[in-house]
Amino acid sequence: MNTPSDVGKQVLGPDDVRRAITRMAHEIIERNRGTADLALVGIQTGGVWVVEALAAEMLRIQAAENCGANPIVIGSVDASLYRDDIGMRPVSPGSVSDLTFTVEGVTVVLVDDVLYTGRTVRAAIDAIGDYGRPKAVQLAAIVDRGHRELPIRPDFVGKNLPTSAEESVSVTPDGVTITQGADT
Amino acid sequence: MSRSLLSITELGETGLRRMLDTSDHMAEVNRRPNPKVPALRGKTVCNVFFEDSTRTRLSFETAAKRLSADTMNFSVSQSSLNKGESLRDTVETIAAMGVDAFVIRHGSSGAPWQIGEWTSISVINAGDGWHAHPTQALLDMYTVRTALNRPISVDGGSFDGLRVAMVGDIKHSRVARSTTEAFKLLGANVTWVSPKTLLPPVHDESVVANLDEVIEDVDVLYLLRMQNERMSEALVPHLREYTARFGLTPERAARIGRHVLVMHPGPMNRGVEMAVDPGELPGSVINQQVTNGINVRMAVLFELLGSGSENSLTGNTES
Amino acid sequence: MNILITNGRLIDQTGERLASVRISDGIIIEIGDQLAPDADNSGAEHLIDAAGLVISPGFVDLHVHLREPGREEAETIETGSRGAALGGFTAVVAMPNTDPTQDSVGVVEFVRQQGKRAGLCDVYPSGSITMGRKGEQLTPFAELANAGVRLFTDDGNGVQDPQLMRRAYEYASDLGVTMAQHCEVESLTAGAVMHEGSCCSHLGLPGWPSLAEELMVHRDIELVRLTGASAHFLHLSTAGSVGLVRAAKADGLPVTAEATPHHISLTDELLASYSALYKVNPPLRTIEDVMAVREGLRDGTIDAIATDHAPHVSETKEMPLDQAPPGMLGLETAFGVALAHLDMPLADVVAAMSWKPAAIAGIADRHGRPIALGEPANLAVIDPGEAWEVVPAALASKSRNTPFIGVPLTGRVKHTILHGDITVRDGKAQK
Repeated sequence: MNTPSDVGKQVLGPDDVRRAITRMAHEIIERNRGTADLALVGIQTGGVWVVEALAAEMLRIQAAENCGANPIVIGSVDASLYRDDIGMRPVSPGSVSDLTFTVEGVTVVLVDDVLYTGRTVRAAIDAIGDYGRPKAVQLAAIVDRGHRELPIRPDFVGKNLPTSAEESVSVTPDGVTITQGADT
Repeated sequence: MSRSLLSITELGETGLRRMLDTSDHMAEVNRRPNPKVPALRGKTVCNVFFEDSTRTRLSFETAAKRLSADTMNFSVSQSSLNKGESLRDTVETIAAMGVDAFVIRHGSSGAPWQIGEWTSISVINAGDGWHAHPTQALLDMYTVRTALNRPISVDGGSFDGLRVAMVGDIKHSRVARSTTEAFKLLGANVTWVSPKTLLPPVHDESVVANLDEVIEDVDVLYLLRMQNERMSEALVPHLREYTARFGLTPERAARIGRHVLVMHPGPMNRGVEMAVDPGELPGSVINQQVTNGINVRMAVLFELLGSGSENSLTGNTES
Repeated sequence: MNILITNGRLIDQTGERLASVRISDGIIIEIGDQLAPDADNSGAEHLIDAAGLVISPGFVDLHVHLREPGREEAETIETGSRGAALGGFTAVVAMPNTDPTQDSVGVVEFVRQQGKRAGLCDVYPSGSITMGRKGEQLTPFAELANAGVRLFTDDGNGVQDPQLMRRAYEYASDLGVTMAQHCEVESLTAGAVMHEGSCCSHLGLPGWPSLAEELMVHRDIELVRLTGASAHFLHLSTAGSVGLVRAAKADGLPVTAEATPHHISLTDELLASYSALYKVNPPLRTIEDVMAVREGLRDGTIDAIATDHAPHVSETKEMPLDQAPPGMLGLETAFGVALAHLDMPLADVVAAMSWKPAAIAGIADRHGRPIALGEPANLAVIDPGEAWEVVPAALASKSRNTPFIGVPLTGRVKHTILHGDITVRDGKAQK
């Protein structure tokens, strides 16, 4: 198991990440014409900090444009009980799913740090489905590294980053790093 | 994590903490209106109960179904067991039907280990003789952890300073053995309250021969079932005497603090070890134990059948 | 048959020396330093090169369960005899817990004849102490003694009633036969599957306290003191029992004792695997008990090593512990286990396996004899240094319940000669 650390090459810095989040926040508001009936749901565990960052940005934009003072509804979903590779590789639940709002009739924006094969997103969509029937599901990711194995496409992307399957990608508020050695 | 859960000893402290963490997930699933996830779809779990136990069997069956596994039940009562057919033959016959896990309950200590020698299928010990009942210990730990809001996980936390009294027939109780061991692994202090005839011949736990000696100094009071048969084996002269020395009588119930958790593995012998209505005990978590049984057994099934090989997540899942 | 065994190290009750031995018609006809193969009989004389090997009297096992009649699926007198011969035994005492019990002349004769027919080992049936081993009514000792029985035991069980046992000792003392006791007070061992101690507490299994054996050892020693009869104690297993017998011998009482190879080599910790291969009566005990039994053999408190060879079909041993029958194989591994685990001179081990048990069995006129002119040729030729391991599938026994899988053994029987007939040659049974 890789911990992308000192061995990695940083391809984006903290400012790049911050700008990407700001742009995505704008796009989400624009596409959904506001923040009503909207919920940001981070995919455990990588998407949790992204949701918090996006929500903070959206609140700021909302306030700055005098578009109302709706709180941004957020939550998180753990997809490990819905994965299609259970029993094939170590899967361990991260933190517990936290969806305290009603999913029924709401547009759920699934948020993750990195979009890769699309399998985790598929599992997350199934997980959300067990809580209710959303009006729509959209997908936001800070980095899209390609290599999709399912017909999943993101609605909001921070950065498209072509990578090889022999590399792994890590995204934090401090930047995006690519390390040699495949994600296990 | 090995492919079987046979005892708390073999699970170890790290495994125990991990199961508690995974149980949180399962508890969340069970709070939903539709408490079901597809995690073990396509897997088959077979309950092989050589000893009758409707509650434990139902608990495991429910747990399997909530993970979308298929279940099979093979109940072999001792009288109908063909004495000529060895345990090995029985196990191999069921295995040949294609199962992914056995949940075994047997009246003879050690049967799950023997079975583990003859099959490579995952084995979950649902209670063997007097020896071990690891899922009971897990649900007991989970119940206390939740009731006391102690943050115990693979990252830390413990039951340090917690005073537990386990009361009753320790000698014949697999629950006593496994739950005591689990409590101690997590740092609690355990005292056994039992007459000498109901203790194992050799042990190193601290023992007290009368419940009154500890009742005002405990945080958790764990009552074990006292069976009628023990009287005929000259282990206690009379159940009335047992209740007088060791039972939770109204008089004793009045003396325990409101914060004291009262636990029992079930089924209860009313009037013997439990001589008050547990509904009237503010600290009774007996019902929670039953609910948590499902959470914990789902966690066990998921970890053994759904989790691949080892180690914890570092947070680096690919999407 | 004519046999010449050359250049072996002879060990018998008179001492040790290097020599060659010539045998003809069942008798030792020549012993000397350099015996050459007989020129006249060349071809008809079997040559055994014993250079580097030991020649000893054939071993005598005081305690084997041959299962026939009644449980031939586990072993027969023939297969048991074959295993005995491979283990270097030329005589065995067959335990009476057969079905029907060896409590009548008819059954005793049957067992003896079966042994003769197999021709691999002399089989001496023992008689039971009580009819059907039920512990209620005495067996006709005199009738059975007339049929050649010298040892009486209810083995499998001890005689529980002290009054009945007193009568048995008194009656036997007139007849010059020996009572052999399986010491177990059954009310203390009900349901037990292993030794009562810290292991059984951890494993959650009902235990057999040492007291259950020691109480009966004590009782029977006192009965011997009272009645003047002789007693032989079967399979002693506890430090306490050894101490009691040591004191009794110091008092000059006519008692003898035996111990099994498993009680000098294995402990109760093996039960942690929950394998019924390790279930036996009396049970495997603690390391302190094992050391006391070894010391008992070393100082002569325990006279003989006896295997308590107890075959069981595999299915019965693949049951949960409380349902599996107790007992282990022992004939083919006894010498190897004894030599590997006893810190005793080789001659003393040989003594404990040949002339001492022969005396207890009342067959010292034929077995355990000195290796000398005119003596019956009942011999074993052994490599005392060979290290080996038991392979269950290669055993001659019909059963496979040996607990010695993976246990290093020292000393292997190469050839066995029964009344001048080679029953085992180069480790292979000849019939």
